[in-house]
Amino acid sequence: MRHLLDTADLTRPEALSILDTAGEMAAVNDREVKKLPALRGRTVVNLFLEDSTRTRISFEAAAKRLSADVINFSAKGSSVSKGESLKDTVQTLEAIGADAIVMRHWSSGAARQLADSGWVRSAVVNAGDGTHAHPTQALLDAFTLRRHLAAEAGRRPEGTDLAGMHVVIVGDILHSRVARSNVWLLALLGARVTLAAPPTLLPVGVAAWPARVTYSLDEALEDAPDAVMMLRVQGERMGGAFFPSAGEYTRTWGLTPERFARLCARPGGALAEPLVMHPGPMNRGLEICDAAADSPRNTVLEQVANGVSVRMAVLHLVLNQDATAPAPPAPAQEDRP
Amino acid sequence: MGQTPAAPRAARTVLTSAEIDRALTRIAHEILEANKGPAGLVLMGIPRRGVPLARRLSAVLHRIDPAFDADASVGEVDVTLYRDDLRRGAARTPAPTRLPRTPIDGAVVVLVDDVLFSGRTVRAALDALADLGRPAAVRLAVLVDRGHRELPIRADFVGKNLPTSTAERVQVRLVEVDGPEAGGQDSQDAVRIADAAAETAAASREG
Repeated sequence: MRHLLDTADLTRPEALSILDTAGEMAAVNDREVKKLPALRGRTVVNLFLEDSTRTRISFEAAAKRLSADVINFSAKGSSVSKGESLKDTVQTLEAIGADAIVMRHWSSGAARQLADSGWVRSAVVNAGDGTHAHPTQALLDAFTLRRHLAAEAGRRPEGTDLAGMHVVIVGDILHSRVARSNVWLLALLGARVTLAAPPTLLPVGVAAWPARVTYSLDEALEDAPDAVMMLRVQGERMGGAFFPSAGEYTRTWGLTPERFARLCARPGGALAEPLVMHPGPMNRGLEICDAAADSPRNTVLEQVANGVSVRMAVLHLVLNQDATAPAPPAPAQEDRP
Repeated sequence: MGQTPAAPRAARTVLTSAEIDRALTRIAHEILEANKGPAGLVLMGIPRRGVPLARRLSAVLHRIDPAFDADASVGEVDVTLYRDDLRRGAARTPAPTRLPRTPIDGAVVVLVDDVLFSGRTVRAALDALADLGRPAAVRLAVLVDRGHRELPIRADFVGKNLPTSTAERVQVRLVEVDGPEAGGQDSQDAVRIADAAAETAAASREG
């Protein structure tokens, strides 16, 4: 694994290796000395061309716990706001000494473009590109689910998958890179995935995804889910009207107190107590009610903590390997403006 | 690696199952003698094959001196993320690190591994241990010392000193890790020495 761009690229052994490595990283995060020397002397650049606080902080904490040097770069107030191209930006960062570039970009496919273009030799980790993919979020969700499944079965999570689990992903599938990455990863790991969303918030071609689609959240909740993943209603990506009003969205698609009570009243297929997941930040009162947001079944904070472990695992796996793959030829001088 | 790790034609057995048992029993006696009893002793196995060896050693220690709590005094310390050759070879998934119930702080920690070669694995294990606590002392027990040290490290307890050439490969098979051997010999564990010409890639992984 030279880059991490999308969960759809991952093989099952690669996915399990990331989750197993993350398990060992989590053990480090529990001990007194929360530091490993695995990336000593390496430099990780967080190139965030779209606003993000939690993902950037999580990657920063992950890189620092592995002893890497971290350079944070955000679009605001940088040369990008003066119109510098992505190519010139990343080549400048590599000239400064970047070994890995963790990139969030507003444009779908930006991470793939960076990895395949030959602009840089660095490892590329996709921290979210447009509405396309957010692989580390899906990996931390799978890691969280696997821990709960293993605890329920009374076994250690290493090497196990999510077979037998049913996960319902609810809300704005159309704009959600979290949902896309999760669908492929959860299906790869053997979980059953149901997407529950209004027709206006489902993308074209969703029928080809390895997931069942329903227009009724209530129907999906009848099907013994082990986890309900509530997506954030992304106001910033919604130019048009995708649903009539916030109130109607909440009534039909929100995890209201009544729905949460129904979820709590029955066991899931694999977990006795179904979980409520959310990639954060939560819109309380819109897609999730206070009771569900503050419930012990809500894994939001656990997901955040697991995010650091998963990102440590990814940085270790992409950076600590032989670069036997022939390095792309150094960019020719005439390519430079 | 790529090649089959099964014993090639040239492999000769240098320790049989029974000899491995006797070596571990002797090492256990030596540990107790050097430590003047079992007080404050903790064994930490280095994955993979150091882990079952540490378990076996602790069982022997308990048999010799029942005051030694075999269950609470064995742990595992993975060195993957402390290695100095992380950037060579394929990406590695770390093995679990498990702390013993007996705290490491102030204990006499005996690191246990199968083969002592360059000493680099032990160097990594010392760093890993320092991040887990502050032992009163750290000792090293190995089943086989094959020489060719690249660092100033030596073992305190050695099952067998095995003069080798760097062209040879020492293979340790333990039933806990490698499973029962096909071929049906009654000897399940073995230390073998083989010509590494066919397996140079595998030999570089040894510590």
